[in-house]
Amino acid sequence: MGRFNRSSKPPKYSAASLVWKGARSKDWPRVWKEHELKSSYDVVIIGGGVHGLACAYYLATNHGITNVAVLDKAYLGSGGSGRNTAIVRSNYLTPEGVAFYDRSLSLYKTMSADLNLNVMFSERGHMTLAHTDGALRTMNWRAEVNKLQGIDSSVIDPAEVKKQAPSLDVSGDSRYPILGALYHPPGGTIRHDAVVWGYARGADHRGVEMHQKTEVLDILVEGGSGREGKGHGGKVTGVRTNRGNVSAPIVVNCTAGWASLISDMAGVKLPIYTRPLQAAVTEPVKVFLPTVVVSGSLHVYVSQTDRGELVFGASVDPFNTYDTRGTLDFTEELAGHVLELMPGISKMRLLRQWAGLCDMTPDYSPVMGFTPVEGFLCDVGWGTYGFKAGPVSGEQMAECVATQSTPKLISAFGLERFETGELVGEKGAAAVGH
Amino acid sequence: MIVPCPNCGPRNAADLHYGGESHTRPDPNSATEAEWRDYLYLHDNPAGWLRETWYCSTGCRKFFATERHTVTNTFRNNPLPGNKSAGGQP
Repeated sequence: MGRFNRSSKPPKYSAASLVWKGARSKDWPRVWKEHELKSSYDVVIIGGGVHGLACAYYLATNHGITNVAVLDKAYLGSGGSGRNTAIVRSNYLTPEGVAFYDRSLSLYKTMSADLNLNVMFSERGHMTLAHTDGALRTMNWRAEVNKLQGIDSSVIDPAEVKKQAPSLDVSGDSRYPILGALYHPPGGTIRHDAVVWGYARGADHRGVEMHQKTEVLDILVEGGSGREGKGHGGKVTGVRTNRGNVSAPIVVNCTAGWASLISDMAGVKLPIYTRPLQAAVTEPVKVFLPTVVVSGSLHVYVSQTDRGELVFGASVDPFNTYDTRGTLDFTEELAGHVLELMPGISKMRLLRQWAGLCDMTPDYSPVMGFTPVEGFLCDVGWGTYGFKAGPVSGEQMAECVATQSTPKLISAFGLERFETGELVGEKGAAAVGH
Repeated sequence: MIVPCPNCGPRNAADLHYGGESHTRPDPNSATEAEWRDYLYLHDNPAGWLRETWYCSTGCRKFFATERHTVTNTFRNNPLPGNKSAGGQP
């Protein structure tokens, strides 16, 4: 791991500088620079979310590749990076998944120091409730897989659940009684916008260019077997954007919900369908929920922010769409399920709800690395679990780009697995709706 | 979202079960691995008109195919009641 020396970090924010600048009413400088779009880059990254920015950041810091452009059709962090429920954990089901997400968690732990920006990591513990014998069996399975890989994860009984989160109804009288839980102390929450800004600031400091409001209209490929020389056997030469053409030998697709549309431009078909995931937040109240609580049977996860708002997430909507409107169906179902878990909050009011687009794959694992088009790489298929994987994905994709070989940690997540049949089934640990 | 069922008329999407993109199943006797992959896993996933399957699970319990715009969630070529020929098998 190339931890760079202290002087190469962007400057720290401090209370003293805030007071000093506030008193002198000086403008704060822009945190990252705006650039003219150059005609060529070594690497073009499409998508300015956590994944794209982390990839750019690690290309610059770990591999010294700084002639990089991150293109986003809106603003940085405008997609899933700013719409997720900011939960991180590593208690997955497959050994591949556990190793991968654990690396991500360890990068999150040192992130504030690495980026010189407080990302407000709250290691408050993560509890996945089991309401059926089947669920309890999966929890035991997950706990054993986790322990084998050195992850702090164990199954606890209802009494212990009550101790961790006193507001939960563990009486056993409800339709879905709480029979136990998978408790994962290293899990927690992180301020998601700070992660985006931290990576953007760090990448900018190292010379990476971020271009907002720059939409990729086409990917230029030659020599392929499909239409216009795209597709299998082709080679990427650049991208066409609304601000002009850019030539680049390597293009990385980090566009989450829009991944299919971007990879279509290169002639690569993906095993991805796009669905919205809705979330909601309540008015702020005093802190009463000390951990993150997840229920698979009830399709809901809850955590309380530092401001005291309860953040609710659910499972993806039941049909494919690129529409991000909230629905009443969702609110009704969510409220019913949350009250089943915590009857005491029935008087709380919802503040707002929103939706983000998720790029779902058949096995609930991502699609990472090389594609049949030379120079076109994918970091997609992040479904409902992309935020917690942001740092490690960026780090591994950067290594993939720099060394032109697939790192071991992501070798299980290649696009070719759908032809060989070696799927990495994570539905039991990644999805809440099953 | 309101889904037009050919037998039951307009119904809330929550009353139906979504079947996903409509594709033709390859011949099991001659299909290659790549063709099976395409059929089983790969999706067009367009931001536009999509031909798809729905199952009217709480109504007539029939499958039907229709076209929906995945950005606006509007339907076209709707197989309306009494006009079953417009639907057809998925």
